[in-house]
Amino acid sequence: MPVPGVDFGGISGIIAFVKTPLDYESLGLRCGLEIHYQLDTRKKLFCRCPVGLRNDPADATIIRHMRPTLSELGEYDGTALMEFKTKKEVHYELHYDTVCTYEMDDTPPFPVNQEALAIAIELAMMLNCQIADEIHVSRKQYLDGSIPTGFQRTIAVGVNGWIPFRGRRIGIMQVCLEEDACREIRDRGHVIVFRTDRLSTPLVEVITHADMHTPEKAMEVDRELGNILRLSGKVRRGIGTVRQDVNVSIRGGTRVEIKGVPRTKQIRDLVHYEAVRQHALLSLREELKLRGINADTFSAEHGDCREIFAQTTCGPIREALDKGGTVGAVKLTGFAGLLNARVSPHRTFADEIEGRIRVIACLDKPPIMLHSDEPNGAIPREWLLVKKKLEAKYTDSVVIVWGSAEDVRTALAEIAIRGREATQGIPNETRQVMATMDTDFERILPGPDRMYPDTDSPPIPVPAERLDEIRRHLARTPAEWRERYSRRLNPQLLEQLITGGSIAQFDELSRLCENEPGFIGYILTALPRSRTNGRAAAPWLRDIIVRYTAGRLSREAVFSIVRADQPPEASTLEQTSRLSDEELRAIIGRVRAENTGPRDRNKRTEYLAGRVKAVTGMRADGRDILRLLTEEERK
Amino acid sequence: MNDDIYKGYRGIARDALVKFNAKVWSEVEITSSKGVFKGVILPRSEIADDKHIVLKMINGYNIGIAARFVEDIKETGYKEAHYKIPESEFPVDAEKPRVVLFGTGGTIASRLDYRTGAVIPAFTPGELYGAVPELADICNLRTEKLFGIFSENMGPVQYRATAEAIGREIKQGVDGIVVGHGTDTMHHTAAILSFMVQHSPVPIVLVGSQRSSDRPSSDAALNLRCAAFTAAHTDIAEIVVCMFGPTSDKYNLLHQGTRVRKMHSSYRSTFRTIGDTPIAMVSPDTLIPIKQDYRRRRSDCGVLINTAFEERVAIVYYYPNMQPDMIDLLVDNGYRGIVIAGTGLGHVNKPLYDPLQRAKEKGVAVYMTVQTLWGYVQMYVYDTGRDIMERGVVPAGNMLPEVAYMKLCWALGQTSDLERVKELMLTPIAGELTEREPPNGYLIFQGGIPEVEEFIAKHIL
Repeated sequence: MPVPGVDFGGISGIIAFVKTPLDYESLGLRCGLEIHYQLDTRKKLFCRCPVGLRNDPADATIIRHMRPTLSELGEYDGTALMEFKTKKEVHYELHYDTVCTYEMDDTPPFPVNQEALAIAIELAMMLNCQIADEIHVSRKQYLDGSIPTGFQRTIAVGVNGWIPFRGRRIGIMQVCLEEDACREIRDRGHVIVFRTDRLSTPLVEVITHADMHTPEKAMEVDRELGNILRLSGKVRRGIGTVRQDVNVSIRGGTRVEIKGVPRTKQIRDLVHYEAVRQHALLSLREELKLRGINADTFSAEHGDCREIFAQTTCGPIREALDKGGTVGAVKLTGFAGLLNARVSPHRTFADEIEGRIRVIACLDKPPIMLHSDEPNGAIPREWLLVKKKLEAKYTDSVVIVWGSAEDVRTALAEIAIRGREATQGIPNETRQVMATMDTDFERILPGPDRMYPDTDSPPIPVPAERLDEIRRHLARTPAEWRERYSRRLNPQLLEQLITGGSIAQFDELSRLCENEPGFIGYILTALPRSRTNGRAAAPWLRDIIVRYTAGRLSREAVFSIVRADQPPEASTLEQTSRLSDEELRAIIGRVRAENTGPRDRNKRTEYLAGRVKAVTGMRADGRDILRLLTEEERK
Repeated sequence: MNDDIYKGYRGIARDALVKFNAKVWSEVEITSSKGVFKGVILPRSEIADDKHIVLKMINGYNIGIAARFVEDIKETGYKEAHYKIPESEFPVDAEKPRVVLFGTGGTIASRLDYRTGAVIPAFTPGELYGAVPELADICNLRTEKLFGIFSENMGPVQYRATAEAIGREIKQGVDGIVVGHGTDTMHHTAAILSFMVQHSPVPIVLVGSQRSSDRPSSDAALNLRCAAFTAAHTDIAEIVVCMFGPTSDKYNLLHQGTRVRKMHSSYRSTFRTIGDTPIAMVSPDTLIPIKQDYRRRRSDCGVLINTAFEERVAIVYYYPNMQPDMIDLLVDNGYRGIVIAGTGLGHVNKPLYDPLQRAKEKGVAVYMTVQTLWGYVQMYVYDTGRDIMERGVVPAGNMLPEVAYMKLCWALGQTSDLERVKELMLTPIAGELTEREPPNGYLIFQGGIPEVEEFIAKHIL
């Protein structure tokens, strides 16, 4: 449900009408993708632990804190500073048999997993990248606690690649092999809990250039990249094995990264609403400019309001004060009404501020704040006093927050920071996906200065012979499959086989049954994904197709066996063996002798076919019964 | 030709740079048979091969390009890295205790140069304040760099200089001393300082880090804060090692300098007190004593500094089938002292009896310790022990082998009278010999045992 709010720059209009590529072009929309696929290896990337998720209770927990390290200019990286301000205690849950002292950051890395490296190189080749002659392990800093070391070990395997897409090329900036991070279990207040099972699972990160100019295209390119990676047969499938980040900017805006989009389908809406949000924030900046507020004239004053609320009956504030906390308020001069400015169908500028407070000040129990642009019937007396204390005029906005003294201090500072950013446009952020396909603040976008070499790992030469060897066994790309089969298969089925990862099996099985590629394609779409995923056909499946081609199984029997997805028993094959035309004719003869059926010939044929089918079961296909029955009836 | 502009490059990689007129820190476009790569040429590690050129790409990743595929290098710019550590003045507060931090070379605090990956140690108070500002809440900090070497290169020269520097500071009335040290031989240095510096009126705290401080998860900042707090505010006038208690960021332990040992090659909680409990648990603002019998802080400035050190002393780690010449070699080369880490209660095999006899005759001081680390030498239980003692080998109680080694160096440095040496060796000075081993002085929990697992599940590891 849309929130009531002030409509600046015709946001509602934008939301409703921006739908065509031309509209996005006028916004100057640009999208890039960073997609992550876990590799189907047995062991992790820098240690010998098995890959896999755990849901049983953890064996042990360890606690760490992350400190920012100063950047080259003696300044903290934006993200680093933010994470430090949040002062989180990071808990890691671990299982003895799937996590070792490497993941706990108590042992240096072991040599990189060669199986994973070979897969990453293969994928980079499929994406037409230039492969590094010598690979270097780098550290990419993450201070959110998701990796116990505080950095992710990552390797650029290939650069400057491309994929064909509708007659043009989409640029691939880089393909990296890297270790996965922990799974977040819980994040409340100052404690964040991670589970370490997923940590260090090998994955590839594919980074595209910002070559997509509509949400639709971003989504389709994402799907195509997924197709390519899956067809290698060497990436994992299933929940949590694939994650994509989408970078979005519009003209005059800033790059914003939407993190961890679980499904390709969601990309379209997310990009759309992000474009809208950025447009709204730029409009907000214009409005501020009209009011004479820019980065220099921006002013925010805050004050301690504990006294004013000493006797309050307002539930959440009462609770904070009873716990020894405090109440603070900040005045955003000249912002009156703007906290209600709509930035998406479901969110206002106040939500932008709230996201910051929640993440950075760790005040995460709703309601997080109150502001003067919304009706505040519950505490009219206190509002008056707060406004008086801050000398707020009717042209100003005031925000109230409550909680522990330290968190309130952080929150007040953060509100002022976000207010000032509004005068500059769109803050550099990574944003998380909400159920409504909106996004909410996750963290400040890290700068480029968070990469440095991993001094624990030597450079690894990748000899040309090894590359040649990998190249010799390269899986085919979707483009190659399309080229091969576009004339022989209906396009929809072909795409289904590619997306389902079963095109290679199709290729293999259709050789056994050359006259009926459509039928082979059709049965493969019935296979579960776990069976396809770029893998070779199961021997029993080959066997079934051979029997079918030799006329020993009916279509229906084949379909039923494939659906069951397991090697059929010999007795099942016996019981479902296809009847020869003679045997079928004999049965038809019997059925015709026993039944007269309706007088109308068509109806009778239909009726008799049903009777015959009842006798034959899966041993005959309907079309054969009809064919022979029609012949007999015509005699 | 200036070597610096080809830093670390040799062989064909260097030839390629020379040929195309490129150098380290050049911003370049390298055309190889694979395509075009853009970035900055980084220095090459001396130990890396001579076949690749390392490029830092714009997104921060490094990539190696085979020199033999290089067809052209176009220099588009030049960006030399300049190292500079940000400094801000360490605040002075007359109310706070004065602590001096001696640097020996281990990197306790540092910052990173992202462009090159070089780790630059932060050491001056200003630099430390930039890296660990919380230190200013604890004390007034002064720093002095004694030397800059890895801890495995520490030796008598450094031990003497450190002891003397400590003595000087104590006489000038400092409230506490912190010694930054690499962790590999921190317990060796703690042991020798325990003998060279006696009767200190203030805490002397050795500290280091197991994860270098360029990592966000480093133990360095917490170690440094705990050490500064120990030196500034506690009454433990002992030489202690201050390092992580558990692997979690929970608290540090203060270990007696003569009873501590590095027990894991990489864990944060690698330092353990052997054969006793640690002296105390410490956080950046609280001390929880475990033992009560430590020496207390005094207000005087008296201290005994004795930096005697005999260098011709060795540790022999006994193993089955050890050949007699292992001992003969030392004796023939003029060694004056040998500490044996024997098996079990302090044993070696029969073939060593004769060389030990020869050592005795040549006036070499030989002491027996146990390679089990925990427990006392007891050479009366078996004939073997008695036979060995007959050949002049002196049981060294529950002194750790490395500690007995340091003490023997120190004792032999003072006298060649073996009786006097024995007296020095067997008179406890700083907890290296204890009269009793408490039962909780030997606790090595074994994983997998239900009650241990239950304990771990309930507590933070």
